[in-house]
Amino acid sequence: MLTGTYRPGTSRVHRSAAGVKLLGLLVFSTLLVAFQSPVTVLVGLILVSGLYGFAGFGVRTLVGQVWPLRWFVLFLVPFQWWTAGWQGAVAVIGTLVVAVAAAALISLTTRVTDLLDVIARLLEPARAIGVDPDRVALLVALTIRAVPVIAATLQEARDARRARGLEHSTRALVTPLVVRTIRHADRVGDALAARGIDD
Amino acid sequence: MIQIEGVSHRYGDREVLSGIDLSLVESRIGVIGANGSGKSTLARLLNGLVVPSTGRVLVDGMDTARDGAGVRRKVAFVFSDPDAQIVMPTVAEDVAFSLRRRGLSKKEVADRVGDILGRYGLGGHADHPAHLLSSGQKQLLALASVLVTEPEVLVCDEPTTLLDLRNSRHVAGLLEGLAQRVVLITHDLDLLHGWQRVLVIDEGRVVADGPAEQSIDHYEGLMGAERSC
Repeated sequence: MLTGTYRPGTSRVHRSAAGVKLLGLLVFSTLLVAFQSPVTVLVGLILVSGLYGFAGFGVRTLVGQVWPLRWFVLFLVPFQWWTAGWQGAVAVIGTLVVAVAAAALISLTTRVTDLLDVIARLLEPARAIGVDPDRVALLVALTIRAVPVIAATLQEARDARRARGLEHSTRALVTPLVVRTIRHADRVGDALAARGIDD
Repeated sequence: MIQIEGVSHRYGDREVLSGIDLSLVESRIGVIGANGSGKSTLARLLNGLVVPSTGRVLVDGMDTARDGAGVRRKVAFVFSDPDAQIVMPTVAEDVAFSLRRRGLSKKEVADRVGDILGRYGLGGHADHPAHLLSSGQKQLLALASVLVTEPEVLVCDEPTTLLDLRNSRHVAGLLEGLAQRVVLITHDLDLLHGWQRVLVIDEGRVVADGPAEQSIDHYEGLMGAERSC
């Protein structure tokens, strides 16, 4: 999950190879899940916080990366508490939050083009079964790029709904959002073709 | 040279271009016409984004229907909405993205990206999120992202439509100064002042073709006549 946008820097975390960081994330997330417990979450949180500090980011940046999860967490906490007790709730939700924070640190310290190169290299063997690594890398880039575009479209649709006095109408929000998102996708397709990116 | 030979184009039952024959050799060519007249379709024919229903479009002898990839290396395209054209999260990455698969080293890519961002006044924004740029800066980025590939022809489909007067004039000034041949589709008649050749499109046909002042007079007459009907 790539949530943040690259922020240039010269720290060791910034300078580490994208492949090493992705491998580190894989190992870290696997350990978090394999040894899921409140203690593991605490150790993981200390480690991730330390890396944020090492990369030159403060607590505010860390919290900002996981803030979008707040509604999801609020929804999950009572359910997990009820089914698995407080320790289970802390373990499951804490694992999710710490893993997302770790993933966000990678996108904060790594250029997307470097990540795409790694993805394309990793997928190179899959070319034998018809997978085009560059096309998969392009798909990832477009997905990352779509996040702020759709967020801005949603905000505009919300404003337009309010301006028309239809604050509680789901249709007045969803219809323009879907139509504009599809139109945007269409235009991006044209732009990619025009730039010769998929030739 | 771009050669358009006997081109017609339909979207379903609707014919949007009809019987177009043109040789485009001038370094500055404008295209004007009312909304829905077919000028954007004409622009899209030039780099193979649209393939004609009948007839053919040749770019230095290459048929856009058969060698679209080759044509697009020569003919770049800029849209009116830069948001749709920007693919990567940061400014420098978006420009660099155009150079993927070109066999350049990382240093060559970085040098070319740095050079073009500097020329377009975006040097200080290289690592900024592209979606946070102003509209004018986004259009400059869209231009930089296609010009970094050093095309021979630049087709711009209403590139100043979403810009304020200052940014519109800035982009117009940049287009004026380009070494490339430019085909500009626009509603802003002031941008075409002094241009060598301007085509007027009306209901899918070229109804005027000449120096800017002559074609603009014809277009204004056409619009005036429609208003008085």
